[in-house]
This record gives sequence, structure tokens and C-alpha cells, in this order.
Amino acid sequence: MSLFPNMAVGPTVRAVHDEFHGDLLEVSMGPQHPSTHGVFRMVVTLDGEQIVKLKPVFGYLHRNHEKIAESTSYLGSMPYTDRLDYLCSMSTNWAYALAVEKLSGQAVPDRAQYLRIVMAELTRLVNHSCLVGFLFNDLGTSFTPLLYAFREREKILDLFESLSGSRMMCNYQRFGGCRVDPSPEWLAAAQALVDNFPRFLDEYETMLTGNEIMLARTQGVGRLDPAHAVNAGLTGPVLRACGVDYDLRKVDGYGFYPRFDFRVPLGAHGDTYDRYMMRILEMRESVKILQQAFRDLPAGPVMDPKAKLRGFRPKAGEAYGRLEGPKGELGFYLISDGSPNPWRYRVRPPSLINLTLLEEMCLGHTVADAVVILGSIDIVLGEVDR
Amino acid sequence: MESLEQIRDRLLARFPAAKVELVVNPGTAAEHALLLDAAHARDIALFLRDDPALRLDYCSNVTGVDWPEREIVDTVKKSVPDPAGGPAKVVEEKSKRIQPGCLEAVYHLYSMALKHGPVILRLRTGNRTDQVTLPSLTPVWRAADFQEREIFDLYGIVFSGHPDLRRILMWDEFKDHPMRKDYVAPDDFEWEPTPHGEVHERAKAHYPPAVQPPDGPSVASAKEGPAP
Repeated sequence: MSLFPNMAVGPTVRAVHDEFHGDLLEVSMGPQHPSTHGVFRMVVTLDGEQIVKLKPVFGYLHRNHEKIAESTSYLGSMPYTDRLDYLCSMSTNWAYALAVEKLSGQAVPDRAQYLRIVMAELTRLVNHSCLVGFLFNDLGTSFTPLLYAFREREKILDLFESLSGSRMMCNYQRFGGCRVDPSPEWLAAAQALVDNFPRFLDEYETMLTGNEIMLARTQGVGRLDPAHAVNAGLTGPVLRACGVDYDLRKVDGYGFYPRFDFRVPLGAHGDTYDRYMMRILEMRESVKILQQAFRDLPAGPVMDPKAKLRGFRPKAGEAYGRLEGPKGELGFYLISDGSPNPWRYRVRPPSLINLTLLEEMCLGHTVADAVVILGSIDIVLGEVDR
Repeated sequence: MESLEQIRDRLLARFPAAKVELVVNPGTAAEHALLLDAAHARDIALFLRDDPALRLDYCSNVTGVDWPEREIVDTVKKSVPDPAGGPAKVVEEKSKRIQPGCLEAVYHLYSMALKHGPVILRLRTGNRTDQVTLPSLTPVWRAADFQEREIFDLYGIVFSGHPDLRRILMWDEFKDHPMRKDYVAPDDFEWEPTPHGEVHERAKAHYPPAVQPPDGPSVASAKEGPAP
């Protein structure tokens, strides 16, 4: 590819024009296509059944989140961050709180740090188990694995609801801590759920991992080269499936993650199957983190008593806060000019940037494979389009 | 990782013609940035990516910032001698100056290989109206692809050398750049020109006058004049 002379080159497929091959066919998949997980469109050019070109089209859910956040106070856009990645509002909240705390130098009490890790890892369980369900939906198993995942997800969402008042739009983090302290009953219920989760994972894996159709449809499909993936800024399980060891929980060690003992699973082939296995293995590691968090959870306040909620004006400057969301590196870049509103508020959406190499992953495969590859990247359109 | 001053000095030694300035971040995060000139930005970016000590192979975040023209009031204290021979008076003199506006592209770079960062690069346009071209860093980091398109869409910075510079979030026919600070959203922001308006106008001519909507005379009746 001459467009990128300085970088690694992905696979390319050329359409052949002779008497055995017909014309190219351009198909517009989406925006209202069940496999695109929202309003997302792919303009696919086909040579027979093979994809020779794929252009993603975004913006159907664009509401200029950043502009709205720049015209309201810092705290005012906290509930709105829930709507970015509406499956993982707890970790999106945390990413925003992390950036604002970095901007203003706000301290966070120990108990809140632990609770944030509990919420973020529970969110990871929700996201990954649902993603695997949706991936199998894309593979054609009509809803059975997804409903198994939803059964577990509802239990976690019930916990979120009893704590924050909302199943999905939790709005739980604040600058300098968390909004409410969970009761001992809540913690006991959460711990019971986490203790039972490996049983669900075993059951899930028995059904899915060795499935012959699943192996045939995912192994070797949508392969990514690690150098290419790093250059394209891919993060999260999609990157680690290529074997690149880059997990912000280890690299940045934000929050209290350095206190926890867990491993970062890595793939070897960078194909759809590895991306599936990353999710399963990460859920097992999340369970380990959660059990350590419940064991070590200290007593104390959940909010820094010096934290200022009203009239919050960080001094002029800028900060880029990022964390390892379930989908990849979720970052918030804030510039303050000393006023109550951020001068610049930017979300670095992992879902959008992980789509950079969608075309390279899909070239040479069929449309049915493109659906599975897109499912394995794990996008949420609320975050892609913002 | 070496400090930003060291990186700047190394860059200046490597590219003597380039202009590299340190932009100080006064906030608590103290993440300072390097301001590059547009002419050498891509060479410097390639150097930063491939230099064995830095290996900034991962471009995490690319974003635009709008800095409109600002009026800055400088206050200078002057002591004015009293003509009557008393003690000198201190008078504050205020002078206004206009700080020209610009658009800025900010790149957050990290190294996945050496696990360090961030190094922040900034590029600034000449003004906000006609000199809005910056070199694209997408050929260096593919990660900038969609994000530079987003800056082009929402801020109006034109990235020369970008392989596919189109609007990404707004629709192609949209004219303005909504993230700019002086952007005013239209009242009827959901209105778009569609072919239906024209078709509707033509269809009106076929309706008998009685069915016309009450807003003004119909096309047909205006031609024929008032009914007798």
C-alpha cells in the first residue's frame, strides 16, 4: 500500500478481471443491520463473495458529546459519560473522574479506590460476557449463549441498581471518591456472585470454546499483525490477542491496581478466536481481582472530605487521564482555563480507534466473516459516534 | 525516559532548521508539550517513532483545540513624579493587545515497546480562517487516521498528506465546524435540504386551488388571477 510507505502492510486482495470473474459489487451493510451492533455502516465491495474493499461509515449516533460537555460544568457531564459506552458506565465514569482528579490534584480515599476497582471489574465481567454472547449471535447461534450471558449480567446490573439507582446509567463516581457507600449486605451479595462466577464461566466454556463450528469460523479469521496493530493504536483485548503485552492496569498502575495480583492474558495469532479467548481469560482474572478486593476492602470514607463538588474550578492547565476499559484504552483529555467549564473536553474512544484496521482484517474474507470480525472487535456506537 | 528538555535538545541537534518549543502546562498534572513547526513535524514524528531510546510507537490520542482571538489586558505599574514636588505616585497603565487565534492539533504519544510516555506534541495553524493546513501524521501513526478526520470535521484543520480526509461524524454536505468556539447552532438544526422540497413545490401545481394549504396564494391561482 503506497498510502502508508513507512508502516507495516496488511493483506491486500486484488480483484481479477477476466472471463471467469464478474463485476465488483458494492454492498452497503447498515446502518440498520442487526450485526452492526447499533447504527453503523460498512460499505463493502465484493468480488464474488470476497471482500476487496471495506469503508466504515460513522456518525449516525453523533450528538457532539464534547461540545455539550464544554458548555456545562465538570460535574455536569458526569452523568453524560454514562451514555458513551452504555454497557460499561462504571468504568467510563472512573476514566472521567481520573482525568479530572489528575487535572485538579484531587486525592481519593482508600476505600473508594477499592470500590472503583470492584465496579470496574464487575463492568468488565458484564461487558465481556455479553460480548461473547453477541459474538455467538453473529456466528448464527440464535440467542442461546447470549441469554446465558444476560442471566449473569442481570445479576450484576441488579447490584448496580441497588447501589447507584440505575442499572446501566450508574453515575456512581465523583471527583474524589464514590457517591454512596455499599452496605455490608450489598458486599456479601456481590461476593457471592463473584464466587459463583467461575462456575458460569466453566459452563459457558463447555458450551462454546470447543464448539466445532465456532473453531472453523474463527480460527485464522481476521488475523492481525502485532506491529500493524500497535501502529494503528489498537488497545485492549484486540491488541493483546496479537501478543502485545500492554495493559494499562500494569503499565500505568492507576488506582490501586499495583496492589493486586493478576496476570495479563496474551494471544498468539491475533485472530478472532484469540480475541474470543482473551475475553474469557480476562473474566477469570477479573474474578481473581474482585476476590482480592473483597478480602482487602478497608473501612473508611468513600469521599474525600476536602473534595469540592459545588463551585468546582480546577486551575488552568491540562491533563490526559486514561484507564484500561473493557474495550481498550479509554482516555479523557481536559484543558481548564480556570472557569467552571472545561475549555476542551475530549474523549479518546477505544471503540472508534479499534475500528481503524477493520478493513485490513476483513480483506479476503466473506461478508459472513466480516460480521464475526466486527463482533470480535467489540464496539459500542454510543462511544464511536459520541 | 529522558526529560522533555533533553528530547527537545536532541531534536534541535538532529534537525537544526526546525523550531521546537517547550509549552509549559501550569496545571497539577504538569504534562508539558513540544510545539513543532509544520514544516518539520513529520520528520520529527518519524524520528520520535524510530529512535531506539524513545520508540514512541503508539499514538494514543489526537485531538484539536480551538484558541480564538483573545484580547489581553496588560497592566504596567508606572511611577509618575508629582509636579508639585511631592512623593511620586504609582499609576497603573493598562494596554490592550490582541492575541491572534489559532487551531491546534495535540498528539499524545506513548511507547508500547518501552512502556513509557506521554510525550505530547502540538502543531498550530497560522490562523483560524485561511491558513489551516497542517501536515498529517497518519503516515507515521495509522492511529491518527480517524482522529485527524474528526479534527478536520469538527475543527476544520486540513491535514495535508492524509490518505482519506473526509468528514467522519457530520454528514458530507455539512458546511461548518461545530467544535469551534464561535460556532452557533442553527435554530432548525435538523433541517437538511432534501429532494422532497422541490418535488413538493412541483406537486402543488397539480392540486386544485381548494386543496391548497392556507399559507399564501397557490401557484396555479396566482397565474390565473383572482376568481371572478
